[in-house]
Amino acid sequence: MKVKVFVTPKETVLDPQGAAVREAMQHLGFAAARDVRIGRYLEIDLVDNGDVAAQEKKLRELCRDLLSNPVIEDYRLEMPNESK
Amino acid sequence: MKVAVIQFPGSNCDQDCLAALRGIDGIEADYVWHKETSLGGWDAIVLPGGFSYGDYLRCGAIARFSPIMRAVMAEARAGKLVIGICNGFQILCEAGLLPGALVRNRSLHFVCDLVTTRVETTDSPFLRGLSLGDLLRLPIAHGEGCYYADGATLRALNERKQVLLRYCDANGRVVAAANPNGSLENIAGICNRERNVFGLMPHPDRACEERLGSSDGAKIFQSMLHSLGENAAAAAA
Repeated sequence: MKVKVFVTPKETVLDPQGAAVREAMQHLGFAAARDVRIGRYLEIDLVDNGDVAAQEKKLRELCRDLLSNPVIEDYRLEMPNESK
Repeated sequence: MKVAVIQFPGSNCDQDCLAALRGIDGIEADYVWHKETSLGGWDAIVLPGGFSYGDYLRCGAIARFSPIMRAVMAEARAGKLVIGICNGFQILCEAGLLPGALVRNRSLHFVCDLVTTRVETTDSPFLRGLSLGDLLRLPIAHGEGCYYADGATLRALNERKQVLLRYCDANGRVVAAANPNGSLENIAGICNRERNVFGLMPHPDRACEERLGSSDGAKIFQSMLHSLGENAAAAAA
């Protein structure tokens, strides 16, 4: 079972990498690129132990404590059974 | 003063720290491997610079969960002196022992330079021996040294005088041109509310001998030594 975690810099945090990429996109003629934010994407393959709820609870803790830094980043955890 | 220099996999200023500390009369120093779990016999703790765990995920994010960090956090809360230099500063922020975070330099470049920092307050064991406004010339070498904190945290840092060092020009003026990495308000180093935990991006460990370009870094370690001496004298009295 694959879980997806998206980590992005908070709006208030300067993202110089995103700014550099935005400028490159504009330079390549895509003036519509108003803002680019660069984050991190994690794919986590889980052992199916039948207790998805407990796994999700632990994953949320890990997202907060390890996978993201809440001072500068937001995260979004996507469990596979979630309806899109 | 017995100082523990913590070694994480990827630390690369551990030897600089050890050499700098041992070069000061009255200081004993040795390494403590990150898998150790106790720091009982030490008077002060140094988290050295480097690239712990290859800077994977975020700088300091994985080192913060090393076994020794439980002991570092317990000793810090008990009042022991803890200084985090460069990657050590990043680890202290990740561990929540210092507020804020260090993010990618605004220029996106790794900066390697000798900078000037200004003493913003002498009210800490780390700068007690100095005078307000003193200038310290210290080397920097980092890619993620841009200090960030939200507005409320920044206000609290200023109100409680937790900013110990700011980047400044040769005349001691805190100006944008003297900011090497985009840090908010030119912040180079901060302490915690209790003032026993200090994190800074510049390297005092690389500036303890004139022949290396500056000996100003030694003033920080000497200040720690004297502060501990005063505390011991006060306790004995």
